[in-house]
Amino acid sequence: MKLGLIIIGAIFVNNFVLSQFLGICPFLGVSKQLDTAIGMSVAVTFVMGLASVICWMIQYYILIPLGIGYMQTIAFILVIAGLVQFVEMVIKKTSPALYQALGIYLPLITTNCAVLGVAILNIDTNYNLIESLINGVGGGLGFALAIILFAGVRERLELAPTPKALDGFPIAMLAASLFSIAFLGFKGLFSGLL
Amino acid sequence: MFDSIGLPVIVLGGIAVFFGIVLAYASKKFAVEVDPRVTEIRDILPGANCGGCGYAGCDALAEAIVKGEVTVSFCPVGGDDVTAKIADIMGIEADNTERQVARVICCGDKDNAVEKYEYQGIEDCKAAEMHAGGAKGCRFGCTGLGTCVRECPFDAIHIVNGVAVVDEDKCTACKKCIAACPKGIIELVPVSKEVRVLCKNQDKGKSVAEVCKVGCIACQKCVKACKFDAIKVENNVAKIDYSKCVNCMMCAEVCPTKTIYANFAKRKKAFIDEDKCIGCTICLKHCNFTAIEGELKAKHKVLDDKCVGCGQCALKCPKNAIEMK
Repeated sequence: MKLGLIIIGAIFVNNFVLSQFLGICPFLGVSKQLDTAIGMSVAVTFVMGLASVICWMIQYYILIPLGIGYMQTIAFILVIAGLVQFVEMVIKKTSPALYQALGIYLPLITTNCAVLGVAILNIDTNYNLIESLINGVGGGLGFALAIILFAGVRERLELAPTPKALDGFPIAMLAASLFSIAFLGFKGLFSGLL
Repeated sequence: MFDSIGLPVIVLGGIAVFFGIVLAYASKKFAVEVDPRVTEIRDILPGANCGGCGYAGCDALAEAIVKGEVTVSFCPVGGDDVTAKIADIMGIEADNTERQVARVICCGDKDNAVEKYEYQGIEDCKAAEMHAGGAKGCRFGCTGLGTCVRECPFDAIHIVNGVAVVDEDKCTACKKCIAACPKGIIELVPVSKEVRVLCKNQDKGKSVAEVCKVGCIACQKCVKACKFDAIKVENNVAKIDYSKCVNCMMCAEVCPTKTIYANFAKRKKAFIDEDKCIGCTICLKHCNFTAIEGELKAKHKVLDDKCVGCGQCALKCPKNAIEMK
């Protein structure tokens, strides 16, 4: 039951992009086309899930026993950077088309605050290993939900007769804000359950 | 002391080394072979990532060249030198496309063109275009408010006395000014072609003369003067077919309104090397201006005052005895 609540919570209620405003950079940068958005969200979900697990293990098996829990942020960034580099190599080998499409945003997952955010939130909320994994994957799926829905909207915006001053990025920002307001509707979804 | 400084250093260093080893192994395992020609071509390209070719940068263009999407001479900035080197890497002959430059087809500057009202709006051709096609009486002429100047990434176009003029040394034929000009009067022309008709006005001669002293009045004098059938009047304006034009500049000489411009200082003359000349009279027969004289078997002579430097004799001479200088 608790795992179910965590995953629903991570996807809808505390959606990383639309409720916590983490990971905005790839959310706006790679959401122009549905294909690349899907590729990006798969990569981010994978990195977030893996980062959650490895960061949890580093925190509880290395940092806390040695009494250097305050090095958490730096250690996590190190882990995430290594992971992203690894994912980049794998994607470059297995799917050059996706690698081309993601472009600069792939290495930018390194500095994606959603990834670092999920790792630190796992520790802060005292999740155990399984819960951290679920929260990480759930957060990634939430990111995927947001960016894929948004990519669909932006593909339509391309063809829409927008005012010239709002063409391109400005109208995307407006659309993103409306998205965020819509997701506020999930707030309080579980208030009766928890 | 050790606990507060040494321990974090060792632990984080250890983690870093561990990830380093994993990544080093992965980079071997997942190594992707890149076509070596891509890197070679990228090194030769100017590397300014100016985007003049339409690709995201020199890297993207190098890939497109290797894939065969575009020709080896696609970089508008690199010039012949770069093209030749790239052709060498790709193992093909460079197509000898001559360097092109943009030219503004209008010479109606402030002294010659009539203005129909005083424009005091935004200093931009596109804005002026909305007010009855700009202030200039001629609706085909250069508005002269410098939209193309602001567009040019190479500082190669300037407004001189109310008309845009291209600096041909700096122009890279990136076509940005062509896209920006609301009048559509900028064209790409091979750089060696010295003669140009600087008017696009399609109105009848009388209406043209009312709005511009140097507009083409379609008098047909240039058509008659051209011995190479390279100039035609279409839609009341003369137009040069550059595949036929040989830079003899006769059209510019006869043009009554001085609409056709040619830099007479660059006009060449034929010189016959008397050591090589065998007196075959071939050059003499091909000269449209009777500027060469001489009997069969005798050394020929060029009449300097008649020679216009069209270069036809030099092309036809079987002994390569004629030089254009």
